[in-house]
Amino acid sequence: MRGPRKLGRGVAVVGAGMSRFGMFSDKDSKYLFAEAFHEMLSTVDKGIDPEDIDALYLGNFTNDFFIHQGHWGPIISDLLGLTPKPATRTEGACASSALAFREGVFAIASGFYDVVLVGGVEEMSKRSTEEVTQGLAMAASPYEVRAGFTFPGVFGAIATAYFARYGASREHLMNVTIKSHDNARLNPKAQFNVSIRDIMNQRIEKAKSKGGPIPAWRDEKEFLRDPGANPVVAWPMHLYDCCPISDGASCVLLVAEKIARSFTDKPLYVAGIGQGSGKGLHAKEDLTYFEATRYAAKEAYELSGLKPEDIQIAEVHDCFSIAEILHIEDLGFFRPGEGYKAVKEGLTRLDGSKPINTSGGLKCKGHPVGATGTGQLVEIWKQLRGEAGGRQVPIKDLRVGATQSLGGTGGTCTLTILERR
Amino acid sequence: MEGRPFSDISYERFLSEDKLMGSKCKKCGVLSVPPRSICIKCYGSEMGWVEMKGKGKLAAFTCIAIGPPFMIKEGYDRKHPYVSGVVELEEGVKVVARIEGVDGSKPETIRIGTPLKVEFLHRGEGENSTTFLAFRPS
Repeated sequence: MRGPRKLGRGVAVVGAGMSRFGMFSDKDSKYLFAEAFHEMLSTVDKGIDPEDIDALYLGNFTNDFFIHQGHWGPIISDLLGLTPKPATRTEGACASSALAFREGVFAIASGFYDVVLVGGVEEMSKRSTEEVTQGLAMAASPYEVRAGFTFPGVFGAIATAYFARYGASREHLMNVTIKSHDNARLNPKAQFNVSIRDIMNQRIEKAKSKGGPIPAWRDEKEFLRDPGANPVVAWPMHLYDCCPISDGASCVLLVAEKIARSFTDKPLYVAGIGQGSGKGLHAKEDLTYFEATRYAAKEAYELSGLKPEDIQIAEVHDCFSIAEILHIEDLGFFRPGEGYKAVKEGLTRLDGSKPINTSGGLKCKGHPVGATGTGQLVEIWKQLRGEAGGRQVPIKDLRVGATQSLGGTGGTCTLTILERR
Repeated sequence: MEGRPFSDISYERFLSEDKLMGSKCKKCGVLSVPPRSICIKCYGSEMGWVEMKGKGKLAAFTCIAIGPPFMIKEGYDRKHPYVSGVVELEEGVKVVARIEGVDGSKPETIRIGTPLKVEFLHRGEGENSTTFLAFRPS
């Protein structure tokens, strides 16, 4: 890499919104994006006239496959009344809207635009689990698909390599799951806004009302060890290690730094952005980290002048529980092989020293693939502005937050750092 | 053999002939499996085919209960998981492959580091025939 990168001029986030994430038989992509857009408009403190939006960048992975409709840029532009302004779709698998954000930042930093809407959308629940699995596999390498790998399978294999290297086990992955659910319980937008304990109690109540045998789980881990409650998907990935199939949309409003204060007195500034690409599973030198995330992190840290320890809170791409552990190591929050210990010690909990995925993460908030990248930014927006309600982290002087996205099996990774000044 | 382009299509054809083939850069000697038509070390384009001995060890694996349609068609399901893995070949490169001869419903019996040998799984007939790369404990 050549010397530190820099942006031509500063860029700020002045609004952010998301739809509820979940499986909706009666809501389509357009409806969901409108929901996200309306919320975004309501968050711009001094208001925004949508007529002032210069361009739209929209992340979508594969609605083409899921609902047989492509070309989502102009569809959403039309929906929002933005035509004939330019609308561009970005695709980077599960990092699609993280790329839309990055393109939006570049478009403003170059001086070309002043106000840009970036977001993402995905509509997945109209297909069977097998079909969704097949659709998502389009983002894997062809060799992986031939070998029978599914996405949970790829991350399952990565987990076995990590376990063998560092002595971690399934029990450690459970700590990630339990934490995600505890956080999502406090997030009304989350697909599963219930704790594992809540789910256990629901199951027990159901068994009682049906007169069936009452499950006798002593604690959350015993529930997660029960193959009836938590069946294997792709060993060692079990149901509760995997993000769900979701529909949803999210968006944020980007403006040039010099005009940010005309939209809000509390803008968040884009301190760092980074993006990397990675090889397929067979060609990785090492299966226990993602080269693309490490590269993206290096780029974003250099651009921002910040270090891993300066990131006070982060949303990372926990498509599978093991992924969260790898990411917090790749981002430099914890040393390689130490991530699972940090989770066990509670350091990544809401009240820990490095809260991770306060939204509930992809696991519980939901993972409408194309909407996830900007969806993560919505959480950081809320946290840095002190608007996260019951899940607001108790860190004094919270100023710096980050989001990390991963597309495919590590083919596209990004890191975005936002800062309140 | 030398005349075949260094493509995924050639790689698949070799598999159908029970050969696991890679490309070797004639300039710097870097080996790639599956083949590459550009050397990513020296950017040379002069490649030669080399056949792998088909021996390696298990580097990572997963037992898949919910597979894609083509695996479901082979009879695999939630009660009969199949195993996919990453295999480190003796030649020093890795491949992804099906892992046969192990019990996908008993993952605790599968060990990373297990020595493996190559196997070619031929499925379908005529134009619909496909060969899957597989390994089993040696």
